Amino acid sequence: MKEYDVIVVGGGHAGIEASVSAALMGCSVALVTMDKHAIGRMSCNPAIGGSAKGHLVHEVDALGGMMGLIADRTGIQFRTLNKSKGPAVWAGRCQSDRKLYSLEAENVIANTKNLEIVEDSIVEAFEENKKIVGVKTAKGNEIKCKALVVCSGTFLNGLMYTGFNATKGGRFGEPPAVGLTESLVKMGFVSGRLKTGTPPRLLKSSINWDILEEQPGDENPEPFSMRTPKEKFPYLPQVSCHITYTSPEVHKILEKGFDRSPLFTGLISGVGPRYCPSIEDKVVRFSDKERHQLFLEPEGLDSDLIYLNGFSSSLPAEIQFEALRKIKGLENVEMVRPAYAIEYDYFPPYQVDLTLETKLIEGLYFAGQINGTSGYEEAAGQGIVAGINAALKIQKRKEFVLSRNESYIGVLIDDLVGKSTDEPYRMFTSRAEHRLLLRQDNADRRLLKYGYEFGLIPEEMYKDLQNREVLIAKSVELFSQKRISPLNINQLLESKGINKIENGEIVGKLVKRPELNLKEVLENSGFNDDEIVLELLKNPKALEQVEIELKYEGYIQRQHELVEKMEKLEKIQIPLNFNYTNLKTISAEGREKLSKVKPRTIGQASRISGVTPSDISILLVYFKS
Amino acid sequence: MFTQDEDTIVALATAPGVGAISVIRVSGEKSIELVDKIFLGKIKLIQAHTHTIHYGRISDSNNDLIDDVLVSVFKAPHSYTGENSIEISSHGSTLIVKKIIERLVEVGARLAEPGEFTKRAFLNGRIDLAQAEAVADIINSRTEASLRGARNQLDGLLSQKVNFLRNSLINSSSLIELELDFAEEDLEFVSLNQVLIQIDEIEKEIDDLISTYKFGRIIKDGINVALVGKPNVGKSSLLNYLLKEKRAIVSEIPGTTRDIIREEVNIDGILFTLYDTAGIRETDDVIEQEGVNRSVETIKNSDVVIFLNDIQTGFSQKLFDKLKSFTDEERIIKVINKIDLNPNFSFDCDVKISAKTGEGIDELFAVLKEKALGSESYSEKSAIVSNIRHLDALKRAKEYLENAKLSIEQKLSGEFIAVDLRNAESSLGEIIGRVTSDDILNNIFMKFCIGK
Repeated sequence: MKEYDVIVVGGGHAGIEASVSAALMGCSVALVTMDKHAIGRMSCNPAIGGSAKGHLVHEVDALGGMMGLIADRTGIQFRTLNKSKGPAVWAGRCQSDRKLYSLEAENVIANTKNLEIVEDSIVEAFEENKKIVGVKTAKGNEIKCKALVVCSGTFLNGLMYTGFNATKGGRFGEPPAVGLTESLVKMGFVSGRLKTGTPPRLLKSSINWDILEEQPGDENPEPFSMRTPKEKFPYLPQVSCHITYTSPEVHKILEKGFDRSPLFTGLISGVGPRYCPSIEDKVVRFSDKERHQLFLEPEGLDSDLIYLNGFSSSLPAEIQFEALRKIKGLENVEMVRPAYAIEYDYFPPYQVDLTLETKLIEGLYFAGQINGTSGYEEAAGQGIVAGINAALKIQKRKEFVLSRNESYIGVLIDDLVGKSTDEPYRMFTSRAEHRLLLRQDNADRRLLKYGYEFGLIPEEMYKDLQNREVLIAKSVELFSQKRISPLNINQLLESKGINKIENGEIVGKLVKRPELNLKEVLENSGFNDDEIVLELLKNPKALEQVEIELKYEGYIQRQHELVEKMEKLEKIQIPLNFNYTNLKTISAEGREKLSKVKPRTIGQASRISGVTPSDISILLVYFKS
Repeated sequence: MFTQDEDTIVALATAPGVGAISVIRVSGEKSIELVDKIFLGKIKLIQAHTHTIHYGRISDSNNDLIDDVLVSVFKAPHSYTGENSIEISSHGSTLIVKKIIERLVEVGARLAEPGEFTKRAFLNGRIDLAQAEAVADIINSRTEASLRGARNQLDGLLSQKVNFLRNSLINSSSLIELELDFAEEDLEFVSLNQVLIQIDEIEKEIDDLISTYKFGRIIKDGINVALVGKPNVGKSSLLNYLLKEKRAIVSEIPGTTRDIIREEVNIDGILFTLYDTAGIRETDDVIEQEGVNRSVETIKNSDVVIFLNDIQTGFSQKLFDKLKSFTDEERIIKVINKIDLNPNFSFDCDVKISAKTGEGIDELFAVLKEKALGSESYSEKSAIVSNIRHLDALKRAKEYLENAKLSIEQKLSGEFIAVDLRNAESSLGEIIGRVTSDDILNNIFMKFCIGK
């Protein structure tokens, strides 16, 4: 019988990160996928990143993951969102060439040592004494393993709906995965149903592009990965997206199909995401809105498909088609594939721990949509944590848990475990209470040390960061004392039309003026012989960090105040075997949720949905006394 | 019931000492069975309905009668603590109470820790955090107004108000977060000016709450009044009058060379504490100097100062000037005493009294009340802040809102404004025991059409 250290089920964005990280850490890994050409296939929109998601990509990259690299090599439009706002909410986003992304992902897997692709499907998992020992495949093979990472996406008992038409499948044209859910339920896991959807694909040549609003990419695109060589980026020609809108006429046509909507008629029981509603949902819930915005996104450089972002639906195909033709620019459109909703199994994530190992079965890990998330980036973030932890466990090393105040991935997993989402979970920057500290620009400062520790980040990159840290610290200290003379700086201030200074001013204070940046201040400082200043001017990455630290000093300080306030609750431990059933004073729902999640601290308990503030007050009084 | 084997606790619920009756409170899941072991009435209490009163006898372990008692039965969850409870009304005697409590402990109860009944009420979800604190205030209430203030809080008026403010803040935060997380959406983002207006409104309401603290503290703790005047202007006569006619309670503050006399008098439901000062003239005598220091301290800590003058000797301007160096002039009430001696003679003052006949005393207290409370009047139905922890949290919330406004004025991006709004929200949350959660995102999903 074949044997691997780690078996990863599913070759999506979680599966890629999990299998590559475990393999690079020295484990023998099998990536089980139904079709090796489907590795890294983008089921929904052909894009990576976006608000808060871009942050996740940067974090995965700092840990040594692959998503940023693949996105950089296959992106056909790069933009930084929120550029007009502060650095904490800048977020990278790219349109990807769907076909090339998948090819590149397959390439990465194929070129990773210790990693083998197995084209098959898992129908059963085996445990002995609550420890995972192996799997059985659809082709009838049994494979032994020490750890199993399940990244099944929407494939577990996937059911796709267009109107009352239901087709079994995990993605358009692909069969579902059957058997694994049942096997896990037999072990004692609880499964649930979630719903998500994808919009129609349109024929590129049937669209009247000339009358549509164009949305080009950035003039100076920024890569996601710090390992992408700047001189090669961008690798591909860059293209534009386009924008159009629905109208009251379109909404009326859609309404005609409501009686055949699997969503409104109750056929779909799974819960869909509130932030990504179907077009019919938007029409119903926001009936006073006359139009909804739609994005026409290219599927690839030589693809004749267009992805209609904003028009996901499960209405009958003929209704979709009729409505589409009333949209500006789509008067003669050909619909290649209708929108569909997909319902799939997930395992409410209170069943995993912060390492993503299940609480029930040792060596079994869940990552991605199986934990109730939505989005490639959320999947990748979990994939790398699960892969690293699987490897650490096998090598009998200490577990890897990211905290909320050092990463979005930490926020993500803590939310999942504590709140156990009942709608597909997407990351938002507002979910991170420590948002000002969790920026794309400092992802390496926060997380590179872990990537290096696990051997996923090369030593020279880590050394480079360490040197930068020294320079940053020295500079911040220097600029909190060193004064600039009016003689040197006033000319610059005058040219910017801002008040001149009369006496020497401390650099750190001067830089807080919104009109000024650190670089120009230093260039007009007269500090030409200061070694630290000279070195900093030669190091744009360090310069950026010093500037942010100085400019937003007060805010970052107050952000820390909130962190500390919350940390107090994090410090009050709850015994692992605590029995909530006798705490009749806590609301019934609160008791049930607490018993399920078994939070490690009151802080974690306070974030559990269904646990009310008064429940927390009661726990506080109970555990403090 | 908190846990299966929760202790039964017992304590005297009425003030210790001799009175007509004393009430002993017993609470805990087994409290009724436990009292049954020592109580002999017509029926077993365990069979009694909740909220019923039973006559019977309590005897000691030798079956000797301790007292005839009335026992009230409260069954969970319909009791103060939310647990099964019993209240035993016995004759008011320290000895009887002692014996009954000892007897209860013998059969399995234990003495309650201070505040334990309220803690259980809180743990059983009968009252929230602010209400629990109000209970402590009620217990310590010395006047009716103070009691009513505490009752208000117990009824959740402050909690309601703070909750409302916190929700308003969440609405403002949502507007800001919307633009940060959903910049790509086709939404009309609110102008920061509008957020500024909202923040101003919230801040104004917080200010209003903060300004009730003076009132809240006074109805809780009373008004501190210092009595200043030359020797023989009639300070002692005034105190004596109050003692006799207004049933003031006199106590001495020990530990000073010349003890300061303190009198507490309850007029119209408000507690006035009068301090008779030793004088503030300069002196070389070390012992006397100690007394002067003490007097100055008392004046500084007072809400109002009564500056007493003798109608026969006239207004002592020198002493008045001295007094003004220790406290605001507006806190001083200029009073002329002994008007019974020369009712037609007059000079500039606020109130004229006769400590001998009582003339003008009621007016004096009306002026005292007005000085201390200001012209602000709060209905007993308003949310009033009387707890220093709450005041503190409100002040911090205000400070964070000020920061947020500053960020808006400096045209900083939303995430900077959001930090302070979140801090403010969490400060308000502290008052009512709420923790920051997904409220903002949920609010956004509810109100705005999100999703491409």
